[in-house]
Amino acid sequence: MSGATNGAMNDGAPWTIASVRDALAKKKISARELAAEFFTLIDKRNPELNAYLTLSPERAYEQADRVDAAIARGESLPSLAGVPIAVKDVISTRGIRTTCGSKILGTYIPPYDATSVERLEKAGAVILGKTNCDEFAMGSSNENSAYAPVRNPVATDRVPGGSSGGSAAAVAAGLAVVALGTDTGGSIRQPGSFCGIPGLMPTYGRVSRYGLVAFASSLDKIGPFSGNITDSAEVLSVIAGHDPFDSTSAAVAVENYPAEIEKPLQGIRIGVPEDYFGQGIDPEVKEKVQAGIALLEKLGCRRIPLQMPHTDYAIAAYYIIATAEASSNLARYDGVRYGLRVPGNTLIDMYRKTRERGFGAEVKRRIMLGTYALSAGYYDAYYLRAQKVRALIARDFSDAFQKVDAIITPTAPSPAFRLGEKASDPLEMYLADIYTVTGSLAGVPGISVPCGKTKTGLPVGMQIFGPHFRESGVLQLARAFEKSSGFTV
Amino acid sequence: MSPPLDTHPGGLCAGAGVKISREDVLRVAELAHLELSPEEIDTYRGQLDEILTYIDKLKELDVSAVEPMAQGLFSGSSGNAGSGKAEAHPELREDVLRPCDVADPVLARAPEASKPFFRVPKVIER
Repeated sequence: MSGATNGAMNDGAPWTIASVRDALAKKKISARELAAEFFTLIDKRNPELNAYLTLSPERAYEQADRVDAAIARGESLPSLAGVPIAVKDVISTRGIRTTCGSKILGTYIPPYDATSVERLEKAGAVILGKTNCDEFAMGSSNENSAYAPVRNPVATDRVPGGSSGGSAAAVAAGLAVVALGTDTGGSIRQPGSFCGIPGLMPTYGRVSRYGLVAFASSLDKIGPFSGNITDSAEVLSVIAGHDPFDSTSAAVAVENYPAEIEKPLQGIRIGVPEDYFGQGIDPEVKEKVQAGIALLEKLGCRRIPLQMPHTDYAIAAYYIIATAEASSNLARYDGVRYGLRVPGNTLIDMYRKTRERGFGAEVKRRIMLGTYALSAGYYDAYYLRAQKVRALIARDFSDAFQKVDAIITPTAPSPAFRLGEKASDPLEMYLADIYTVTGSLAGVPGISVPCGKTKTGLPVGMQIFGPHFRESGVLQLARAFEKSSGFTV
Repeated sequence: MSPPLDTHPGGLCAGAGVKISREDVLRVAELAHLELSPEEIDTYRGQLDEILTYIDKLKELDVSAVEPMAQGLFSGSSGNAGSGKAEAHPELREDVLRPCDVADPVLARAPEASKPFFRVPKVIER
């Protein structure tokens, strides 16, 4: 793989959580040396890729030294000890600038850590820095970042996908072993697909969002990018579970995902909805995903045809609900308490000038759309109707999961497109999320797994949805597929 | 302010007529505290018009008997959990006071502060 081979390597293979663990245990490398190796590579490749916005070497080396001291004392190590990770820049990190890809938070330094970050560090992970993303996670190409787009490491004239493009690119390029992203309408799965790595969206409520800067609160989720499925399972085990600081985090037991995913596939029923293979899909994507489904059948899955009749309404419902919630959530950026302030003669004047200068074009567009949909006289026609259509889409999923254990679809209708290709047409960009927003609206878990490449070498992703809180089943299928398909990073 | 969308003549046909006027854009910008340039007003008018025309497809569905789904997990969707896991209720903690240690660092990084307050331009005119 051309793009991935310039990253950090362990005996010629990209680092994994298991290989870091092994190398540290055998004292082949120290956690500090490993972090230094990653920072050296980031210095070399980041100017081209623009995957990282901020590096945090001080915090990384402090943590690495703690790990090395524990090794020296002969202590048993937590599961992610010494593992170099990247964190999307919409997730708060104490003392480390967190911009959300926006000028309005260009100087913002959070006074606390997100729960997911705190849990990763408690498990020994070494935070290398913060990754680029579409402004406030609004976008499907990473071109909406106020700090210039990310380039896809597989083909640098292409977008990495969005909104978690920096996290996906960092892992795909070997500039982090794993990374946290966020997914509201596809922002983990679609960049995973474009960059050729697994990207997992957990169930709504599975992972605490305390410290995640809110975009659309009924849809936002935190999840991992990794080089392989086992590492996705390892990270999920660490970040999943109820958090008293997030009332939307669910008190559902966390499973031992790394152990669960090695169970054999026996009589698993996979549903394939025809609605996801219709008009607008790239023929090569269709062919690769069909071949992926055939492989799952060969591995013992039973294929069951499905109808999910409301699929075609998902983008319209999503872009009303997500923008309505965004218009409310982003009202807090007014220049009063943090971030940018542009002086004004009155309070309102200051709000308006600050927001005009601080927000980029797509964020303003979505605030306008959401404000319109919520405004007097339009609420019933747009917002309420969209919430009802959302219920129908969720019902498509619950009906399907009466008959099947997992739903298999393409992740995106096309492979990574060129930088600038869709930048001038917002609606066309929204349609890039057509296969991912359905599961987002239903709140079910989903993963994109590498499913081969096009003739020109662009990665294709296959999406696996499971019922609420059945990440273990989703990951088990993904793991079996990874082992048999040979589509690894 | 323009009338609700349902009364727009031709609003149900894709591409038929303008859904959102310049005045609508100005009204929404004011509600959202956005000060748009004249170019932005024109651009957003056209783009929002196109997006809202696409979104009109939601009207093809009869939703008269459907309860709205406001949350991914907790309301209006209890029957939607495919796994039937009923334990996914919101876990509310006791509402007890606890020390909040972030006031100082927050105020230290605020655009303008005068401890223990944020400072803003004059709010009351007279």
